[in-house]
Amino acid sequence: MTTRQMLRRTGYVAFMAVVLAFFAVPMLWLASAPFDSDPGIGLRWPDWTLANWETTFNHPYALGSLVNSIVLCVVATAVTTVLATLAAYALSRVRIPGRDALLYVLLLLSSVVTGTAAMVPIFVMMFQLGLINSQYATGLVIAGGMLPAAIFILKDFVDSVPRSYEESARVFGASPTQVLLHVVLPVARPGIATILVWAFVQAWGNFLLPFLLLRDVSQQPAAVLLRTLKDEGGSANLTVIPVFSLLYAVPVVALYLFVSKRYGFRFHGGIKA
Amino acid sequence: MMRGKVALAAAVAGALVLSGCLGQQEEADSGRNADAKDVTLTITSNSVEGGKNELGAKWVNDWVIPEFTKRQKDKGVNVTIRHDGVGVDDADYKAKVALDFGTDIGGDIVEIDGIWLGEFAQGGQVRPLEDVVGEEVDGWDGWEQIPDAVEALGEFEGRRYGVPLGTDGRVIFFNKKLFAQAGLPADWQPTSWEEIISAARKLKALPGVIPLQLNAGTAMSEATTMQGVLPLLAGTGSEIWADGKWQGGTEDVRAVLDVYEQVYRGGLGDPVLQQEAKGRDRSFELFAQNKVGMLLESDYFWRSVVDPTTGVAKMADRDTAVGWAKIPAMTSGSGVDGQDFVSMSGGSIRVINPKTEFPQQAWELLEFMNSAEATKARLGDTAQITQREDVNAEVLAGDPMLSFIAEEVLPLTRFRPGLADYPKVSTALQQATADIVAGSSAAEATAGYQEALVKAVGEDQVSGG
Amino acid sequence: MASRDTAGLGVGRAVAFVSPALLLIGVFLVFPALWTIYIGITDYALTGPSSVAPSVVGLDNFVEALDDALFTNALWLTVVFVLGSAVIGQNLLGFALAWLLRGARPALRRVVEGLVLLSWILPSVVVAYLWIAVLDRDGGTLGALLGSPGTAWLVEYPMASLVIFNTWRGTAFSMMLYGSALAAVPPSQLETARTVGASGWQTVRDVVFPHIRGHVLTNTLLISLWTANDFTPFLLTAGGPNHESETLPIFIYQQAIASGRLGYAAAISVLLLLVNLVVAALYLLLLRRRS
Repeated sequence: MTTRQMLRRTGYVAFMAVVLAFFAVPMLWLASAPFDSDPGIGLRWPDWTLANWETTFNHPYALGSLVNSIVLCVVATAVTTVLATLAAYALSRVRIPGRDALLYVLLLLSSVVTGTAAMVPIFVMMFQLGLINSQYATGLVIAGGMLPAAIFILKDFVDSVPRSYEESARVFGASPTQVLLHVVLPVARPGIATILVWAFVQAWGNFLLPFLLLRDVSQQPAAVLLRTLKDEGGSANLTVIPVFSLLYAVPVVALYLFVSKRYGFRFHGGIKA
Repeated sequence: MMRGKVALAAAVAGALVLSGCLGQQEEADSGRNADAKDVTLTITSNSVEGGKNELGAKWVNDWVIPEFTKRQKDKGVNVTIRHDGVGVDDADYKAKVALDFGTDIGGDIVEIDGIWLGEFAQGGQVRPLEDVVGEEVDGWDGWEQIPDAVEALGEFEGRRYGVPLGTDGRVIFFNKKLFAQAGLPADWQPTSWEEIISAARKLKALPGVIPLQLNAGTAMSEATTMQGVLPLLAGTGSEIWADGKWQGGTEDVRAVLDVYEQVYRGGLGDPVLQQEAKGRDRSFELFAQNKVGMLLESDYFWRSVVDPTTGVAKMADRDTAVGWAKIPAMTSGSGVDGQDFVSMSGGSIRVINPKTEFPQQAWELLEFMNSAEATKARLGDTAQITQREDVNAEVLAGDPMLSFIAEEVLPLTRFRPGLADYPKVSTALQQATADIVAGSSAAEATAGYQEALVKAVGEDQVSGG
Repeated sequence: MASRDTAGLGVGRAVAFVSPALLLIGVFLVFPALWTIYIGITDYALTGPSSVAPSVVGLDNFVEALDDALFTNALWLTVVFVLGSAVIGQNLLGFALAWLLRGARPALRRVVEGLVLLSWILPSVVVAYLWIAVLDRDGGTLGALLGSPGTAWLVEYPMASLVIFNTWRGTAFSMMLYGSALAAVPPSQLETARTVGASGWQTVRDVVFPHIRGHVLTNTLLISLWTANDFTPFLLTAGGPNHESETLPIFIYQQAIASGRLGYAAAISVLLLLVNLVVAALYLLLLRRRS
């Protein structure tokens, strides 16, 4: 090994070590605080106890809110993934005039609506439509905000699926729906999986929309509940928060693990601009 | 397809035009549905079981609702009560309530911070009880039990809009252990600002101790105004709103900011703590760890923060270690109305939504929620200053701190003006203290405050400067 | 153009595939967005008299914003945040990881990718607590690691902290995107580069970059938009100290919720949209120049 190679090797190892530390260190709190008898804002070696878990499980809404989150996110994610896939496929394969401009405008508008300023229009509109207090409708609103980005990303995926596959399938007499289901979907699967996880994560963390649109505390998702774990003066309840944070993170991680194991999780084929 | 979309959008827009009276006052009959046999009422509050204001939520769910339902049933009325309670940050809750008032899904009885009353009243979203329910409101015997000062929380321009839930008072809490170490007495009671500063200087000698926690900056938001600027300002003899004008960058405001400069530029407080997103939580934690000498807070601090069993920053030896003193005026007799000591108070109120379908029944429920029996049930085995003097006489006896507030502090206290512009003024005051914490002088901060205030409320609304 | 329609989808079916998504977007996105833009030219407020009878004030809100030192401050901080954490931070780290992990041992690769992805998928509220624990003044992990507790990172270096935080938070997307883009670079060309003795940097610049230029642009556009609209910094610093980390989304939140000035907040949202538009236009321009 030459000196140069050794330097390179050392540099590589050092870089990887720093990156690993950079990404791992912040996670430590999630491993220690839930088990600490006196969890604080900082990190420390825990004084082991499971009392926080008991308190959290006894919380009247904690577990229910996770179920609500799942309902809400399944609706939002399913709608986003299915509709975005259909739209992305059609937009990729058929030239519709003004297609690209439309996508950009929608992508930009989605940034207005996901902000606080659109709170009043969305609230009043949902009220007029009689959709306040409906988890499904709230899921739809969240999906509406995510669709442009999802279509944008997925379209690039589908663009990269070679058209020759579809041509061959058609030669053998497959209908367009069959082509989509049996040819395009399997190839674009890792991309769809990525969008699915992305959409789920976005919906899972949404606070403002469910807070405004759902009125019954027993319907509120975990993102809202996590902000209510306070005392009357607004101080954070650190007995429950760490445990609940851990529980709150589990479904997302589980979904990722499941999806990545089952369908692969990378931009296979990639986004081509 | 495009056409379908346009049609739907048009339908929605049309619905909005039709309901253009959203939020407008409609002169409805206050006696509507008075004889209904099936009544549905909703109580909205910023409380939730297992979270913010848990006791309040439990009381509504486990006591008010079943009891009231039962009593109405005995009268042959079938009442269904829902509790719409989510405990979140006050600002988020206020936004939600404001949106609710604009539509008709809002609760029939809505709990709001007394300080928001003016904004809602000026917007017509909340109206005087007399208009909503009728004149019989003034005949309620409960009013006699509520001290005038507390009742004022639910009043705007001389008319009753709501019933207060109770109130609080502000004092200087101090750590007796640290005081002993610094050679200060356990029964400390300063009579001027100078004495607070000199005590802080003595505490400064103790290693690792923050001598004085005087809330400052925008991260603490209203806590800065209520537990910092306003009590000090009252000590100069001024009030933030007087004779129809807001206090501008006057000498008195300057005097208050001078204190901030002394504390935060003179090493008597911790400037960094004031700027942290969770600085107030941290200051409580530090007090409980015997690292803060003095801290200006509401009696909430005693009841909910350092309470040995239920507090968020428990102090096992609270009863022996924590002392309290009235907030002195700048010098003896310099406070508002020539007072030697001052305090500020606030509290929530419950109003009746003018859009309620059942104004009479809503008032009946509100009366019921404010009866002596219900108020005692709300407290359970805790103590708190309620709106009712008869209840206070009973429940505060066992708690020296709260009795002190009720007997010594409440007679001296002042309330904030519940006007629509108040939040802007409060923000400007917070910004002025934030400037000092960040390094400005009191003179610069005063000038900046004057400028910001004029911009926020208009020059003709500002006095002095 | 039916001739290019290799899938045999047909325009009719294509429209049928697109319309459900467009319908949802139209109702829940375009309509509220247009309404928000309209609110931007009124003095609509959350409470008080103008909540009941708002009046149209034309461009007053926009004029006020341009004259508002806090708005220009927020705009500048947003630019810093986007440039620092997205355009530079996430892009470079994401590319570096994708490049270096190509030849890494599968175990190492899985661990690194797993951790990077974990920081991307954890919910923001949780992530905020994690980073407060890292950057806290007294018990913070960073202070302990450096052996110098007592530095309140979020107060003393708020923007630097947020840039590093957001690099941590969002690198996964760039890493995945570049990972797949690199797979498309013909191995023969990399081989050629190695035989002529090109350095790693030269290889990236002359061989790899021309292939992935489109990916770089798409990636930069998406992460820039997401970062510009990110509200998570609020959970870490609440915009403080003294507005030093008040990016536009936080500023909008403060105006809308804390001050109740919905008209003004909506106008700022429109300005944020314009900023996004400039970014997107720049991107399209670069993309067009490429082809």
